[in-house]
Parts: sequence; structure tokens; C-alpha cells
Amino acid sequence: MPQMNMVQAINDALRFEMRRDDRVIVLGEDVGKVGGVFRVTQGLFDEFGDDRVIDTPLSEGGIIGTAIGMALYGLVPVPEIQFADFIFPAYDQIVSELAKYRYRSGGEYPCKLVIRTPVGGGIRGGHYHSQSPEAQFIHVAGLKVVCPSNPADAKGLLLASIRDPDPVLFFEPKRIYRAAKGEVPEGDHVVPLSKAAIVRPGEHVTIVTYGAMLYEALDASNHAASQGIDCEVIDLRTLWPLDIDTVIASVKKTGRVVVVHEAPKSCGLGGEIVALINEKAFLHLEAPPARVTGWDTPFPYTLENEYLPLSHRILPAIVETARY
Amino acid sequence: MSTATLAAARPGTTPIEAVAPDPAPPTHAPAAARHPDEIYAPDVVRVLREDGTLDPATDPGLSLDEVLALYRGMVRVRMLDKRLETLQRQGRIGFHIGSLGEEATILGSAAALRSSDWIFPCYREFGAALWRGMSLQRYLDNMFGNANDLAKGRQMPDHYGSRAAKFGSVSSPIGTQITQAVGFAWAAKLRKDDVVALSYFGEGATSSNEFHNGLNFAGVFKIPVVLLCRNNGWAISVPSERQTASPGFAAKGVAYGVPGVRCDGNDLFAVVKATRDAVERAARGEGATLVECMTYRLSGHSTSDDPKAYRPDAGLEPWRRKDPLARLRHHLDVRRVWSDAEQKALEAEVEAELRGVVAEAEKTPPPSLDSMFDDVFAELPWHLAEQRAELRKGPRAKAHGH
Repeated sequence: MPQMNMVQAINDALRFEMRRDDRVIVLGEDVGKVGGVFRVTQGLFDEFGDDRVIDTPLSEGGIIGTAIGMALYGLVPVPEIQFADFIFPAYDQIVSELAKYRYRSGGEYPCKLVIRTPVGGGIRGGHYHSQSPEAQFIHVAGLKVVCPSNPADAKGLLLASIRDPDPVLFFEPKRIYRAAKGEVPEGDHVVPLSKAAIVRPGEHVTIVTYGAMLYEALDASNHAASQGIDCEVIDLRTLWPLDIDTVIASVKKTGRVVVVHEAPKSCGLGGEIVALINEKAFLHLEAPPARVTGWDTPFPYTLENEYLPLSHRILPAIVETARY
Repeated sequence: MSTATLAAARPGTTPIEAVAPDPAPPTHAPAAARHPDEIYAPDVVRVLREDGTLDPATDPGLSLDEVLALYRGMVRVRMLDKRLETLQRQGRIGFHIGSLGEEATILGSAAALRSSDWIFPCYREFGAALWRGMSLQRYLDNMFGNANDLAKGRQMPDHYGSRAAKFGSVSSPIGTQITQAVGFAWAAKLRKDDVVALSYFGEGATSSNEFHNGLNFAGVFKIPVVLLCRNNGWAISVPSERQTASPGFAAKGVAYGVPGVRCDGNDLFAVVKATRDAVERAARGEGATLVECMTYRLSGHSTSDDPKAYRPDAGLEPWRRKDPLARLRHHLDVRRVWSDAEQKALEAEVEAELRGVVAEAEKTPPPSLDSMFDDVFAELPWHLAEQRAELRKGPRAKAHGH
């Protein structure tokens, strides 16, 4: 199997699916000739032409609004929003239209597209190139939300997302776009949605995380192991609807849980996961579930490593939870 | 200055009937955008003359059968509007958003489409949905939110969609359908299919992001779309002159490289002509057209609105004299192709039809409890399955009120 980084794996998935299904088209800002500001769509314009890889005017609302129209016609648009921070001009189209089309029309008009967008901090991007807005989409009925942590999953989850009948927000953690490398299966490769991965099996503490923070959680787990704490690390992969069975089975085994995400703490996905654990595994808990997250501040530029829930902040939470 | 005060301040305005010969010169300042005399501006497409005859230079050449069918359709829509307003006042339905005074704009534009074309509606065009073949029963089912409603009782009245009628799904946010229509027609163009999309929106929507996005994308990519602005003078209580300082709305197309056309929106023939030209232009591959139909909302915004709070009734008189239905009837009378007896028979026929569909819709039960959880996703995920089980367990709400 070839070695790839995340950028190459996502590119490989897009190319594979565009060859397989001529309804799949890519549109967005700078996705064409230049191949995207992160080069994720590089080479697609040359292979598929500007009818299928379309540089649009600079308008996220226009990109998603027209992509919805294309989807209603029967195409399978995969629009790119250049940074998740810039998705909000399209929020009305996503929340009021895309998410509700199937439901509000009684099934007359299913509306399916995959919105790809780089997410998260760690690239010295400040407020507007670093945010993690996933909870704002999870909270909307009708959307699926995906966030891969490695190249093979990025390819497999993107192919699953494109073939899924529902609209998907596909968040790509830009911090690990090139840093995460690994073997990626050639040709068709589907990783089913709503299936988490147990990346590190363990007995003492469950860590639930996703995206770029997976690597911080693994690093903290290695440090915890040297203190005799054996962590089980779960990579959610699909954030919504999440794989509740895997999470609950692990918590029932360990009785202890730490949830880690970059997004702000309050009303974040971590809060929902903790609530679900309380509802479904309360009597198995040996310690209060902990959250290690971004702070409830705008994303800071200079102090970004103090904002992110990096290994040095995860480790004390693991130890405290284990020793409670 | 609002339209209402403007109209009220000009009690001596020459009645339109007395203006002859056509075309009459505009007798008002540009700020009087909402006075009906605006239709006499030289760029405005007009066909139906004051004497009831058609201007051969612009006549779209509808057959007599087509004209009569449209007249019948307009009468049906007006009677339906009236009935729905009554049902709302009686508390039997929750809401209605009517089209009184705008029937020519709505029916004429729908009739100008080919059967392959699609509509992306605003929320005031039920007349177009019916014209395109959505059944009156399904429409009434939506008004009652019952189990047979195509939207399965999930949306408020006048919010429906019908694939069979090639009529998109209505939503309330303003302007969102404009970019969607552009995307839909863009997809058709990419697939080399002979399909044109038409999007309806009010003049208020020209202030929205989506109007800008839609016009811009349509212009850049030469999309086969017709962007049809129902300039009815009012966005709830805000008059059209508060939406733009531009001289009219069609002019807004210029900056996007999209031609704009204005037509007399209360002249059925002018609406057909302007829309048909735009459809043909799109189908020839020449791109989008912005069509402004200059009409007037004679009713409130909806049954929840009290227009007397912001416009005196007397101010509507100049527009009542431009009633599109009366003007079309006058044309039929001039041609001697319609009689009072036929009118009576038509009204009796529509009345009987309405009685039947209202009774049927009213006695149809509400959607099932379980249906609330269907169609959020293609398949029911675990969290919705749990919540459905929780709802099933009860307790039940007292009523599924309209």
C-alpha cells in the first residue's frame, strides 16, 4: 500500500470517486487550477476540466446555495469551504435549507452533498483560520459530521460520505494535513460512518477524542502508561451520529472517561458525550467524567498552544480521573 | 415617503382609464415607484391596453384556449385565497399567505414555462403550483397539515413542494431559493439538458445576500435561469423604496451582466411575454434574465398581518383600478368570448370544488406520531430511535392543533 499524508489521501478519494461517478463535482474558492490553498484538489482540474472542478466567485453562501441546487438536480457536489472559519455566510443555506430539505419536503426532495472544510488550530492561524465549529452543525437536525484523524480514514470516510444519502460536513484537521502519514489502500476503500475506532486498547481510563487531538491523547496515554495507567483511546471518526455503543462499552469496562476536543468547552460535543455516558453508564462510573477542551474564548494567535488541549493538559486529567 | 402616503397625497392623479392614447407619459417623480403609473415608463413591457385590446407589437400570441384557461385559473386562485382567509379567520387553519392582486404575475409566469422547466418558489405562489399540476387536494392538505400533506404536516401552511409539478420545496428564509435555482439550472447546463429554472422572490429579497449571490453566479456562469421579482410594493410593512435607491429592481441586473426587464405585472399578457422571452433566451444558451413584474399586494402580508397599521386603505384605490383579473375580464368582454353566465358557472364549479377539497382535508387525520422522526435522515439513527421510543411511551399532548 502506498504511503500518503492526509492531503494526498483526500485527493486520492476525490479522484477515485470522480472517475467512478460522473455526477460528483468539486466547487469552491481556488479549488481549480491552483488545487486549493492546501492543494487538496491538486490535479483534479487537469483531469476533469472546469465543468467538474469549478473555481467559484468568492462567496460561501453562493457556493453552498448553488451546490444545493445542483444536488436537487441529481449531481453529487463536494463543495470546499476554504477554512471552516469562513463557513458562516453559508450557515443559513446549511441550517435552514440543506439540513431540512428531506424532512421539510416529506421526502420529496432529498438533498445530499458533502461540504469539505479544513478545521482546527495549530497552524498559527489566529481567530479566523483555527476554529472548530463542529458542535454548531451537530446541533442541527439532519446533518452528519465527520472528522478523520489519519490518511486511510480520510480516504475511507470521504468515500463513505460521498456515497451516503444524507448531507455531510467533512471536517479536515489542517494541523495534521501533512504531519499524519500512513498506508492508504489503493482503489476503493470505504470506512463506514458512525463507527468509532479503538486506536489504543486499555483497561483503566477511556479517552474519547477525534481529529488532530488524537495524537495528543495518544502521547498523554504513553506518559500515563509510565505511571501505570492503561488508557483506552477512542477515535470517534464520525462525530454525529456518533458510535455510542463503542463509547459506552469502553466506559462500562474502565469506569473512567476523559473527553478531549479543541472546540470550546461549553455546549461542545464533549458535554453531549458526558451526558450520554451519565444516561447510559452512570452506575459504572468510578470517577466524574472529565473534559479537556479549548477554552471558551475566541481562538488566540500567540497563545494558541495554551488554548489547545495538548498532551500536557490531557495527562493531568487522566491521572486525576484514574486516581479519583 | 411610503407608497401609501404618496398615493394619498396625490388625490388628483388622473385615473388611468382617462389616460389616452397609449403609452401615457409618466406623470410622477421617480420616487413614486409604487404608483401604478410607473408602468408607463418606456422600458416597461405592456400588452393589454386600457381599451381591452392587445398591443400587436408585444402580444405573446396566446391562443384563445390558453387565455381562457389562465382566466379560469386566476378566478380559481382568487376564490381560493378568499376561502383560505375565511378558514383562517374561523380558526380552522393557522395561516395563509395570499396573492390578491398578483394573480397575473404568478399565473402568467408559470404559464410561460415549458413542461421541462422547474420552479423554485418563494411562499406566495400556490397559483403557480396548481397551474403546474399540483392537485388542489394536496394543497389543501398542506393548509391543514394533515396526514396526506406532501410535507407530512411538518411545515406551516403554504410551505410545500411537489416533484410531480416540478415545483421546489417552499421555505420561509428570504432569498435562499434564488441561489438554489441558479445551482439547479447550472447542473442542467453541465448535463446539457434542456431545462430552465425560474425562481420567484419578492422585491424585499433583492436586499438579501442570496439575491446578490444568485445574480452574480448566474451572470458569471451564464446560467439558464429566470429570476422573477414579484415587485408587489411591500415587504410586510416596509415599502419597496426602502429596499433600494435604484430606479426599479430590474436595473440591478446590469452590474451582474444579467439583463433586466420590467413588465406590467398586472397585465397577464405582458408577464407571459417577458417571462417567455427570458425562458427562450435561457434555453438558447444566452444566460439569465432578471424579470421584474410590477404588481401590487392588495392584501396584507399574510393572515397574521394588519396592513391598516401601515397603509391607509384609500391609498390602494389606484391599484384596485389596475386589478389584473378585472383587466383580463375586460379583454374577454371586448373579444366577446366570455359571458356573465359562464362566469357564474365557473364560480359555482370552483365553489363546489373548494367545498369538496376543504371537507376532505379537514377530516383527514393528522400525521402519525412516528412520522415526526422519519426523513430527518434517510435511515433512523440510534438517537432518534431512542427519542421516538420515549415519545411513544407518552404522555401525549392534548391536541395537534392547526
